[in-house]
Amino acid sequence: MNTGFMTIYWRDMLRFFRFRTLLISSLVQPALWMAFFGIAMSSSFDRFSMGVPAVPGAEAVGYLTFMAAGVIAMTTLFTSLFGGIVLLFDKNWGLMREILASPLPRSHIIIGIALSGMTKSFIQAIIIMVFGLVLGVEFFRGLSPTGILVAVAGILVFVGMFSLGFLFLSATISISMESPEGLQGIITLLTMPIFFASNALYPTDAFPAILRDISVVNPLTHLITGIRYFAIGDNFTAIGIHFTHTPGDILASFLVLIAFAGVMFSLAWWRFSQAVIT
Amino acid sequence: MIDVRNLVYRYGAFTAVDTISFQVFKGEIFSFLGPNGAGKSTVINVLITLLTLQEGEVSIAGYDLSREPEKVRESIGIVFQEVTLDRDMTVWEILEFHGRLYNLGKTERRRRIDELLSLVELEEKRDSLTKELSGGMKRRLEIARGLMTRPRVLFLDEPTLGLDPQTRIRMWEYLNQVNREGTTIFLTTHYMDEADQLSDRISIIDHGKIIVTGTTWQLKNALGEDSIYIETSDDDAAQEMLSTDSRVTSLRRKKKGILVMVDGDGTRLLPALMDTLLAAGLHITAVNLKKPSMDDVFVHYTGRELREGGGGTVYRGRRP
Ligand SMILES: Nc1ncnc2c1ncn2[C@@H]1O[C@H](COP(=O)(O)OP(=O)(O)OP(=O)(O)O)[C@@H](O)[C@H]1O
Ligand SMILES: [Mg+2]
Repeated sequence: MNTGFMTIYWRDMLRFFRFRTLLISSLVQPALWMAFFGIAMSSSFDRFSMGVPAVPGAEAVGYLTFMAAGVIAMTTLFTSLFGGIVLLFDKNWGLMREILASPLPRSHIIIGIALSGMTKSFIQAIIIMVFGLVLGVEFFRGLSPTGILVAVAGILVFVGMFSLGFLFLSATISISMESPEGLQGIITLLTMPIFFASNALYPTDAFPAILRDISVVNPLTHLITGIRYFAIGDNFTAIGIHFTHTPGDILASFLVLIAFAGVMFSLAWWRFSQAVIT
Repeated sequence: MIDVRNLVYRYGAFTAVDTISFQVFKGEIFSFLGPNGAGKSTVINVLITLLTLQEGEVSIAGYDLSREPEKVRESIGIVFQEVTLDRDMTVWEILEFHGRLYNLGKTERRRRIDELLSLVELEEKRDSLTKELSGGMKRRLEIARGLMTRPRVLFLDEPTLGLDPQTRIRMWEYLNQVNREGTTIFLTTHYMDEADQLSDRISIIDHGKIIVTGTTWQLKNALGEDSIYIETSDDDAAQEMLSTDSRVTSLRRKKKGILVMVDGDGTRLLPALMDTLLAAGLHITAVNLKKPSMDDVFVHYTGRELREGGGGTVYRGRRP
């Protein structure tokens, strides 16, 4: 019985591959961000930073490379927040009654959905990285093939932990909401501040104090920090700003993501144990 | 197989199920018959663990519902009132998913799927998405799903709601077959004929209370309103004799013959009445016995017709 979540996982992946259009459309948005915003902005940002003297020992990277990490993170955020929506459909029109009346423990519903959502994020992150490299994103510069593998693994670990937190949140909202419109509204409401109060498109150093505080507790900031560390390095300049990260910083960021996932799991578990569907 | 004592269920301040007790025996088909909003689905949802047991004692397949809900879940099959299928999964996937949910082994799962698809005649739809199925096919698929785990008790909430007459009759055949193979069946319905033809015993339920429980025969006999039609060689003489008979409650003269309402079981009273008439030298040329229908039973016990019956007037008004 302790592999019951695999049933939920199997079924959700079945739907994922059946609706390939969904996968493709979820990749169009990041591709457009990079192709338009990224390339357009880098032509102006990179002109500014040319005037800034190079920091010795730090690698100078272009804006496109800088924001590519943000695009991966943003896509993970969207996919994860929508990852639980199948539960809402199941509740209103589908299999939720069957599942809730079955011997499957409710925690396995949450775990199954989280694992399938995480898998989807992995697939997307890898596709975006490949697409980015084609567009000229300078990830993994000067790394050996093994080094690249380690870096990709590191990125996926961060992406995975981050997506778990938001998948648990998505599952919580889905099981509590009555309509898909409501869910959509909440998600839109959440993504805006999470995305813009982060270091996805620009550094947070120049933020006003309140916004900076938000960005510090914002899981998205910590995901992006992690991605940049593995994809670009621990000492680089971009948009004329010098970034350095110690492994301790990275570990701290990862711990924030773990804590966030933990809290969100408890929340989901509590909501699911309350859920009544007739 | 099912033992329910003093079950109460409240939605907030509203009591939907009011102190219900009943038993369903092993191998039986047992029906809850009642109008919309009577509380049928609420009772089923408590029994299948979707709603929490607020008050009362329930045991199913030998397991106490409040102490061993997991065991209860493993022992039962369910067909819900609403369609609960994923439109974007195939027939085979729906059954496979269910088998996995209940932890059936792979070989057992695959064998069951084949058996059940042939039972409900959906072999050809194995790889169709459920959104491509007709209403009757969906219902058959849901019944097959309910049977996947070889449940000891099968719960069906309005199994033939919205199906055409032929499909309903096929559905009853499936259910009878499943029942013969040893599955106890508990179903709810607001169709008189379904309760009448399918079940061994019936509880009539209204406003959250059980009004009466019994076999269809017991319920009909309890009305005491069997009607006997008799033609004799001398109807006038016969009428005079019968009108003073204590077993006769009322009597009406027809063009050719007499219609007699009797107090009690007509199958037993008819021979006795015939003996009386024969002893008086009357010749009986024709007899007919009519038992009350389930509709009569329902009206008798609830004092009103099933609400759906009222719809007839709408059509009458439209007739030219
Ligand atoms: N979730 C709910 N919240 C509040 N009241 C409810 C809820 N579900 C049902 N009820 C009320 O409880 C009563 C019984 O409802 P129930 O669904 O059990 O009836 P039913 O006999 O199954 O009817 P139907 O034949 O229409 O399916 C109704 O008066 C209904 O309005
Ligand atoms: Mg109902």
